[in-house]
Amino acid sequence: MSEPSVIEENKSHVLHHFIDSDQQFEASKLGMWVFLVTEILFFGGLFAAYIVYRAWYPDLYLQASEELNTFWGAVNTAVLIGSSLTVAMAIRSAQLNQIKGLITNLYITIGLALTFMVIKYFEYAHKFEIGILPGSYYSYEGIAHEKANIFFSIYYMMTGLHGIHVLIGIGLMIWLVVKAKKNVLHSGYYTPVEITGLYWHLVDVIWIFLFPLLYLID
Amino acid sequence: MATEESKANVKRVQVKRFKPEEYPEKHYLNQETGLWAWLTTVDHKKIGLMYLMSVAFFFFIGGMLALLIRTELLTPARTFMDADVYNQVFTLHGAIMIFFFLIPSVPAALGNFILPLQLGAKDVAFPRLNLASFYIYVIGALFTITAIFTGGVDTGWTFYTPYSATTGGSVMMMTMGVFILGFSSILTGLNFIVTIHKLRSPGITWNRLPLNLWGLYATSIIQILATPVLAITLLLLTMERALGIGIFDPALGGDPVLYQHFFWFYSHPAVYIMIVPGFGIISEVISTFSRKVIFGYWAIALSSLAIAFIGFLVWGHHMFTAGQSSLASMVFSFLTFLVGIPTGIKIFNWLATMYRGSIDMKTPMLYAMVFLFLFTIGGFTGIMLGALSVDVHLHDTYYVVAHFHYVMMGGMVMAFLAGLHYWWPKMFGRMYSEFWAKLSCGLVFIGFNMTFLPQFIMGAQGMPRRYFNYIDQFQSFHQFSTLGAYVMGVAFFIMAGYLFHSLRKGKRAAANPWGSRALEWQTSSPAPLHNFEHTPVIINGPYDYHKPMSEFQLGIATPHNDHHADENVSHTESEKEQV
Repeated sequence: MSEPSVIEENKSHVLHHFIDSDQQFEASKLGMWVFLVTEILFFGGLFAAYIVYRAWYPDLYLQASEELNTFWGAVNTAVLIGSSLTVAMAIRSAQLNQIKGLITNLYITIGLALTFMVIKYFEYAHKFEIGILPGSYYSYEGIAHEKANIFFSIYYMMTGLHGIHVLIGIGLMIWLVVKAKKNVLHSGYYTPVEITGLYWHLVDVIWIFLFPLLYLID
Repeated sequence: MATEESKANVKRVQVKRFKPEEYPEKHYLNQETGLWAWLTTVDHKKIGLMYLMSVAFFFFIGGMLALLIRTELLTPARTFMDADVYNQVFTLHGAIMIFFFLIPSVPAALGNFILPLQLGAKDVAFPRLNLASFYIYVIGALFTITAIFTGGVDTGWTFYTPYSATTGGSVMMMTMGVFILGFSSILTGLNFIVTIHKLRSPGITWNRLPLNLWGLYATSIIQILATPVLAITLLLLTMERALGIGIFDPALGGDPVLYQHFFWFYSHPAVYIMIVPGFGIISEVISTFSRKVIFGYWAIALSSLAIAFIGFLVWGHHMFTAGQSSLASMVFSFLTFLVGIPTGIKIFNWLATMYRGSIDMKTPMLYAMVFLFLFTIGGFTGIMLGALSVDVHLHDTYYVVAHFHYVMMGGMVMAFLAGLHYWWPKMFGRMYSEFWAKLSCGLVFIGFNMTFLPQFIMGAQGMPRRYFNYIDQFQSFHQFSTLGAYVMGVAFFIMAGYLFHSLRKGKRAAANPWGSRALEWQTSSPAPLHNFEHTPVIINGPYDYHKPMSEFQLGIATPHNDHHADENVSHTESEKEQV
């Protein structure tokens, strides 16, 4: 795993304070893992709020989740899992020095991420139309539970924050495409692809938890 | 030790004596100068100094606010400010001191400066991220300052709901400031963890890691695990104010105690973010100035990690009177007592280190002594507050205020000052005046006790915290306390005076003015731009005071030396000695 690359003797990417390319790669990867831990705790707060309110008002959750569109939620789940696959393929391409494949895979990933956001946009728009707005703007009459607004507050916080993470991921992926086109990335240096991939898997995993917890309860 | 197999793997490393240059012509302070070079530097030492200036600035602001509070409390009724202003002043004092001084003081300011030096690394693992975290801190600070000038905040530093969700002022601006600040803290912690794991010089094994770094390592773990929870809490609170999402506000169907759980899940570990790096500094200082191998190295190292771990399990002791179940309170109370064990282990190990050492009472050691005295009082009163029945009586009284200040100011600030005086020569290459430093240390000690001892008594007699008015029987206590605060104020002005003086006129410091064995003293003062001219190979431990200084040496590694062969390096050396 940590065998030095013999294919290319390009060392321009090694920053001055690292001994060699491997040390730099390992440090970056560990850094990303630590960052993912903080992300889990960040979302963990919301999951805790979800658990507390679900324990207090179990029927609220059953009733309110009826309003969520399970079909489009499932489509989005498939879309995100697919994008996790393509990002893994992008890393593989980078390891094999196939820069064209890397760029193609990144484009597919970006496309899937955008698909996710578009579907999410239509879901939000539909809810806004019928009066399911966040917080005190909530005005929907269709759920016979006085705390219905709280379920949707949690829903909007969780999916909203997740959506922001998807957008950041799209930004990172575009940055990678630019880097790849400049021929900065190669099999000896693909750290940004690797760690963006790690980030993207986390975004995917969080959605995999959000989908059943919000859409599939009954 | 060395088995046959490891002997076969031994790498012959060229080891030659490594003597730092005394009074260097070129060092990090006079290279890459100019305002722009400083603002865009990725050098950990310069970033550390920029943090140091920022935390000193906020310590000054927070300190002045404290003096205003104490002055207002001279009389039982209004002295010179209105109750509303008073509420804002104590809120700001708390928020600024905690979020802008205590949390970044040791890790971000001193830690940034010293951590790569103690590892023999050229920089932290992610220098640009380090610079980014400084600017995130600055942006958070700007938000907070804006909050002060656009209505202020009167919620207390804890921002409890529902009051914080409904009161006027710029609570949102303030919580956003603290939210942003949290990312600075997270990134610093992340950087330190990776640096300690991946950038150790050959020869620094885990059992040769300076205890300061064990402290910073434990702190970083708390930072990355706890701070995100504060971030989400404050985000929810901000949304509560902006949109009325109703998770914490009972008027909208939410639960304010849930907020307290969220808040203290961060803020209790946060007090360990503040104190644990202080423990690290004290270990360094006590060993250096006792000229003795640190007693119980592993006990001290692991107790830092133990505190970090237990610290996550005790947050409920802030809510004994907030309506949590009595079973939960009992469990939290019991767990709180457990924190005393690793803390006690540390205190006893430090005492054992000093026992029969040749103690040199230089200023850093003096601060370490003050730390031991004050922190022990703070710790014991903390155990009292952790006891359920006692806490019901003392909750939200001045007793809590006094306990907190004994731990945070008597513990953490004293450790910070010990570290500042200890590493000052390494930072600036100048010595400060021992006389004025000791005088100021003595005044801080006297002033501190004058300020906070009476508050224990007042609290035990029922004086509630945060009150603007009080009954006449407490007046003499309050006035004595205020007097003490002024004494401390004078002491800090003296400190500022001699430290500034030393920058220009101070005697030039030798590379190793304290005769320490730690790695950061084996390079010149001030440190070179890239810390060490060569990658050092570490042969001796940081506390090897049983070896004479003349035998004490660092090795020089060849370029591309394998970082993972560290143990073999020391074997090589010991074999050489045998031959």
